[in-house]
Amino acid sequence: MRSKIILFVLGFLVWCLLSWPTDGQHVLVGIVVSGLVAYFTGDLFTRRPHLFKHVTRYLWFFYYLLVFGWECFKANIDVAIRVIHPYKPLNPGIIKATTSLKNDIALTFLANSITLTPGTLTVDVDKAGGFLYVHWIDVKTKDTEKATKIIVERFEKILRKIFE
Amino acid sequence: MKIVRYGIGLIIIASILVMVLFFPDKILKVFIAPELSSVGLLKRGMGILLLSAFFCLFRILRGPTPSDRIVSIDMLGILIIGVCALLSIVTQRGWYIDIGIAWALQSFISTLALSKFLEGRDFDE
Amino acid sequence: MRELLSMVFIGIGLGFDLLGCLGLVRFPDVYNRLQAATKCVTFGTCSILFGTFLILGFTSAGIKCLLALVFIVLTSPTASHALARASHKAGVRLWERSVCDEYSNSSK
Repeated sequence: MRSKIILFVLGFLVWCLLSWPTDGQHVLVGIVVSGLVAYFTGDLFTRRPHLFKHVTRYLWFFYYLLVFGWECFKANIDVAIRVIHPYKPLNPGIIKATTSLKNDIALTFLANSITLTPGTLTVDVDKAGGFLYVHWIDVKTKDTEKATKIIVERFEKILRKIFE
Repeated sequence: MKIVRYGIGLIIIASILVMVLFFPDKILKVFIAPELSSVGLLKRGMGILLLSAFFCLFRILRGPTPSDRIVSIDMLGILIIGVCALLSIVTQRGWYIDIGIAWALQSFISTLALSKFLEGRDFDE
Repeated sequence: MRELLSMVFIGIGLGFDLLGCLGLVRFPDVYNRLQAATKCVTFGTCSILFGTFLILGFTSAGIKCLLALVFIVLTSPTASHALARASHKAGVRLWERSVCDEYSNSSK
């Protein structure tokens, strides 16, 4: 039930943003549509709705956005230098890294932020064993633990505080 | 040999960029409402996006495997959102952004469907 | 002032778009092309959309720009991940000068 209410509030917010100079008709139609969507699919949205009450998680999420933006900017500079270099300094390969996150949403965020950070692209996630297969454009080490320390750990610490 | 190819490509791209940046009226003929002072700059910007789209088309033409072509189609879909954003500034009509959002949705779903098809599985998984 | 700032954002975005698509032409195999194209084109288009938001302000079109930005940041890495996994399973080889391939070792 609480999950349905959270989905209703989020859906209504997105509806109001999409029809921005909101008047009475828009608000009425938005309440009907997001209420129907929340009634039918609300139970699929989240399994642990009590996590939405914690304020510290939102603060950690804001910190995560700052770290993520800076890493993304560095990644773009790195790839741009590799593109315009005449001799293409590539040393690619697929390596294996471990993760200790179990939650679905946390794993999705981890994979997405690995994809947008310097030189790495997530190829597959093995949820049962906790492995990530990462394509690395400049392989510095083939060892699993060292690669985990370089690639995964700086996001894993923050994401554990947000989602677990 | 490699450095010669690099030099030729650099010359071609630099000449196209000079053409786009300094003589945009000969390449682009876009109807423009001249209300902002920076409309000329945005016209040149759309020229640069057009050049990037030509690179994607080159990869669609040459790509040795199907997944190269799917990558290029995905990138074309994201570039078109940028074109829609610039058009909505230039022509002062807000609904170009709606076209961009709809195009982003369609492009994402088509990429997922094509990659499922490439993987060789059924669609009901 | 605001228009100048938004022009700076749009210029950065256009440059990264051009470099990303150039990487799509120059890099040797599918996975490297995915790296260059996904990162640079996503960041470039997000920068263009943010510059458009700065010009248009809090009108209906400007807020739709912000929504499109969030949508692209969420969906583009997912699409590239699905594509990389699918092309590895379909048997697309890595570049011949690649260092290692742990994924094909472990899946068989």
